[in-house]
Amino acid sequence: MKRPGSKLKHHLHFALIGGITAVLGVLTLTGARFDSSLLFLLEKIAISIILAVSLSLVVGFLGELSLGHAGFMCVGAYLGGKVSALLVPLLGNGPAAFLVSLAAGAGAAAVCGIGIGIPALRLRGDYLAIVTLAFGEIVKSLFQNSSPESFGGALGLDTPRYDKRYLFLFAFLLVLLTVMVVQNLIRSKHGRAITAIRDNEIAALSCGINVTKYKLLAFTLSAAFAGVAGVLYSYSNYTVQSLRFGYNYSIEILVMVVLGGMGSIPGAILSATLITFLDTQLAAILTGDLAVLQNLLYAAILIAIVIYNNAPALKGFRDKYNLAALAKKLRRSAPDPAAVRDDAAKWDVVPTKIDMDELLSVDIADRGHQEGGDDP
Amino acid sequence: MSGYILETKKLGISFGGLTAAQDVDLRIPKEGIYGLIGPNGAGKTTIFNLLTGVYQPTTGQVLLDGQDLTGLGPDKICRLGLARTFQNIRLFNNMTVVRNVMVGLQNRPEYACSVIESVLRLPRHRRVEGQMRQRAKDLLRIFGLEEDRNALACSLPYGKQRKLEIARALATDPKVLLLDEPAAGMNPHETEDLANTIRQIRDDFGMTILLIEHDMRFVADLCDQVTVLNFGTILAQGSTQTVLQDPAVIKAYIGG
Repeated sequence: MKRPGSKLKHHLHFALIGGITAVLGVLTLTGARFDSSLLFLLEKIAISIILAVSLSLVVGFLGELSLGHAGFMCVGAYLGGKVSALLVPLLGNGPAAFLVSLAAGAGAAAVCGIGIGIPALRLRGDYLAIVTLAFGEIVKSLFQNSSPESFGGALGLDTPRYDKRYLFLFAFLLVLLTVMVVQNLIRSKHGRAITAIRDNEIAALSCGINVTKYKLLAFTLSAAFAGVAGVLYSYSNYTVQSLRFGYNYSIEILVMVVLGGMGSIPGAILSATLITFLDTQLAAILTGDLAVLQNLLYAAILIAIVIYNNAPALKGFRDKYNLAALAKKLRRSAPDPAAVRDDAAKWDVVPTKIDMDELLSVDIADRGHQEGGDDP
Repeated sequence: MSGYILETKKLGISFGGLTAAQDVDLRIPKEGIYGLIGPNGAGKTTIFNLLTGVYQPTTGQVLLDGQDLTGLGPDKICRLGLARTFQNIRLFNNMTVVRNVMVGLQNRPEYACSVIESVLRLPRHRRVEGQMRQRAKDLLRIFGLEEDRNALACSLPYGKQRKLEIARALATDPKVLLLDEPAAGMNPHETEDLANTIRQIRDDFGMTILLIEHDMRFVADLCDQVTVLNFGTILAQGSTQTVLQDPAVIKAYIGG
């Protein structure tokens, strides 16, 4: 038996992003003009969501720690920016040049993803983290020391100026694409294979799963989307500076994934949005001498969130006041007329039970001791 | 063809100076239940790890249905038809029971579906997912786990976890099923129940089962033939009754 609305629940974040994109799209196309700082914020948020969702494929679902995500983005930003700088004089400053540079940036990052995926087959945990960290730094310094004619060197790569009115719409369409691909992959037999590798690699091998193939798949796909984010970045900013893509940025993306809950796509989307918003707001509020406080406050807020989510002392508080409990309360106050009254006789089809199987691969946390409902 | 479905020739492995298995000539005929017994540290699990490619043998060969498995990886060996369970249970703990079994079904040719088809949600993806779920449910029914199919694997009681691991191995459609101490930690009632399930698997699937077990009553009750290992070599091989009464075997177990 299927709880009504369970399907909607798992596509809620998708519908939400799609709805916002559609509304803003219609407004833009009918001539509404948004403040350029708002547009820039929206672009930044879209880039962060793409980065966080793509990284969660490797960190949350495959269970490998990668500290080089900004490196893949860097490759995408430079390659995409370069290709668009070459193409814009030929094709004009339209969607054609954008799509070609998008493909170039994603492709180049994907190739790097394969390159990092191969050592990932032999290294585990901390060792892999070090390799990916080194990869990010190498990429950064390669572009920094490139000749001014090729990739701009230390001054950064200048990218052509674009009509910024529509960029955020493209950005959000790409967010939808990323979420769709990652989510559909995870909720399929291939996603089951990837989560099986995370849960127990030896058991996965003993079930005949081609671990090599799936690790490479996850790394390559994740890198390709980081490349997409990079191309968006190069379009959103007028110069691409390699210094922007240091390990600090990789860790910032990792924080988005961890904070959203490992293996939760809606969580990654939410935390990417909040962190990006918080970051920009702090930068805007704290000016002058107070600017030094920005990182401090940012860190303090992150620590507070992590403590709130994990401290055993706060468990009682969390169990009492959270979204799940609130939803339960609301549901109880509006009883379902079709609910089975005879709990003792039909205990396994009581509709308040959570449909665990549907939940899998979307929300790893908090499913600990709930019992399952029936299969769809 | 030698007439044996699973056969090893002079199989051996040494870790540095320690020879954990040496000159093991295992011969397992088709269809039936076979035991691999021996005192602690005799090398039983090592043999399983050699058979399934978790360890690579230093010497010798493994043949499954005449096909040489030596040097292949564990995933390849599983796809060729040798599935196993583990002494210390290895389930996918963060997955539901039914999904654990579905992972086992992954490589069956009838459930083939490419990544592109899954990502684009093409009709084949939907059909394959439905069929896999149904097949997994059918397998769980054999083990009496159907009611638990939406529980997390780690939330199951110990005995059911052992059964789930067998169900998952069976889902890979093996020619030979290797069970590493399936009855460990079970009470007499659960053990009895498990023995019946293993017999049922043999009869329903025409399966060849090789199991490691310390519970001698369980072995005597279930196995047609046994192989006794001691210090990494075969001490005796033959029908269960004869081997269990062999003075050399009794001496190896009791010591002296």
